[in-house]
Amino acid sequence: MKKHKSDALARLKNWLEYGDDPLEVEMEEALGEEEAPPIPAEEDAPEWEEREDRKALAPKKEKHPLYDKVYRIAAEVISLMLIAVLLYAAVHMPNFGGADTLVNSEVSAFYVENTLEETGAVNIITGIILDYRGFDTLGESHVLFIGICTVLLLMSIKGEKDEEQRIFEDAYDRHFEPRHDEILQTATRILTPLIVVFGIYIIVNGHLSPGGGFSGGAVLGAGLILYQNAFGYLKVERIFTFRTFKWVSACSLLFYSLAKGYHFFTGANHLESGIHPGVAGNIFSAGLLLPLNAVVGLVVACTMYALYTMFRRGDF
Amino acid sequence: MEALNVILLIFILVCAIAVGRAKSLLASVIIFMSQGLAMSIVWILLRSPDLAITEAAVGAGISSILMFVALKKIHAIKEEGAKEDEEAQE
Repeated sequence: MKKHKSDALARLKNWLEYGDDPLEVEMEEALGEEEAPPIPAEEDAPEWEEREDRKALAPKKEKHPLYDKVYRIAAEVISLMLIAVLLYAAVHMPNFGGADTLVNSEVSAFYVENTLEETGAVNIITGIILDYRGFDTLGESHVLFIGICTVLLLMSIKGEKDEEQRIFEDAYDRHFEPRHDEILQTATRILTPLIVVFGIYIIVNGHLSPGGGFSGGAVLGAGLILYQNAFGYLKVERIFTFRTFKWVSACSLLFYSLAKGYHFFTGANHLESGIHPGVAGNIFSAGLLLPLNAVVGLVVACTMYALYTMFRRGDF
Repeated sequence: MEALNVILLIFILVCAIAVGRAKSLLASVIIFMSQGLAMSIVWILLRSPDLAITEAAVGAGISSILMFVALKKIHAIKEEGAKEDEEAQE
């Protein structure tokens, strides 16, 4: 690892000329030696004709003309009723931007006047969702984590598959993998660093400009997915494995819970929390908002990538 | 600005209807993606850039990627090379 740091300039030049990263080449060589999974022979791949046969063998769908008719009419009636209800509700909505509507009540006026002073966030929305409504965001992050845990549980059911079949399915899925798509790889080489930097910018600047943990995390996750699509799992696993996902998610959620719990405990009891808002407008200001944004961003990015990988491969 | 708003809203409506009417599932997902993108521009015009960023990243990006993966899993998308191979064999 270390010897590559010295020639960072050379690597940058190499990257600009779309050359192979020396580190990557080394990793590939190291991986290539131990890789070589048993790929089934051509004739083993399930063919489409075979699928057609299976379709023909399947019991034919019985036709119920009366049922089909009733079903169609019922579907149309229910849709029309739903449209009518929604239109009725839309007509009775308060006027957009009206002075006497519920949106312009004293609560929003309070937020507009006091957010900068009380939380130190220039971006009022971040001040609201991470400070005043911090518990909501805490719940949201945990919902994401619980969702990914459930998917993991469902996907890790091995069932009655034997080892041979599992290897076969693994290789068959890799069959769909892009095989050195030059256009995709070149575009990814240029775009991924920009996407990642933009995602980090959105997260870090969350309390100063539009954006925040969730959107920045989604951008980061999308960048990871793009990189994975172009270069395959082996390259991504250099920086992001199931271990990374586990530790980053768990530590982030733990930090969020502890920080928010401490903040609420001291705030509710009128205690000195020791967290100062700082100078509004600086990056290191607004007390807890910056670390909380970073933590939410990490959880979201990890979850997005993990969801994709899990659906794609069935495991991590 | 008013005209742009109207054009975008009509585009969103047309997309929403086309998603259901499209014959191929792949086309549905792509239309859904473009609807998300138009929606994010509408959010900007409504002066909520926070939502616009999230809509562009989640609505037009990640949710459609997940749907593509699902389509692949149920073999609704054939591999590009497979067709050519079949034709070559014939």
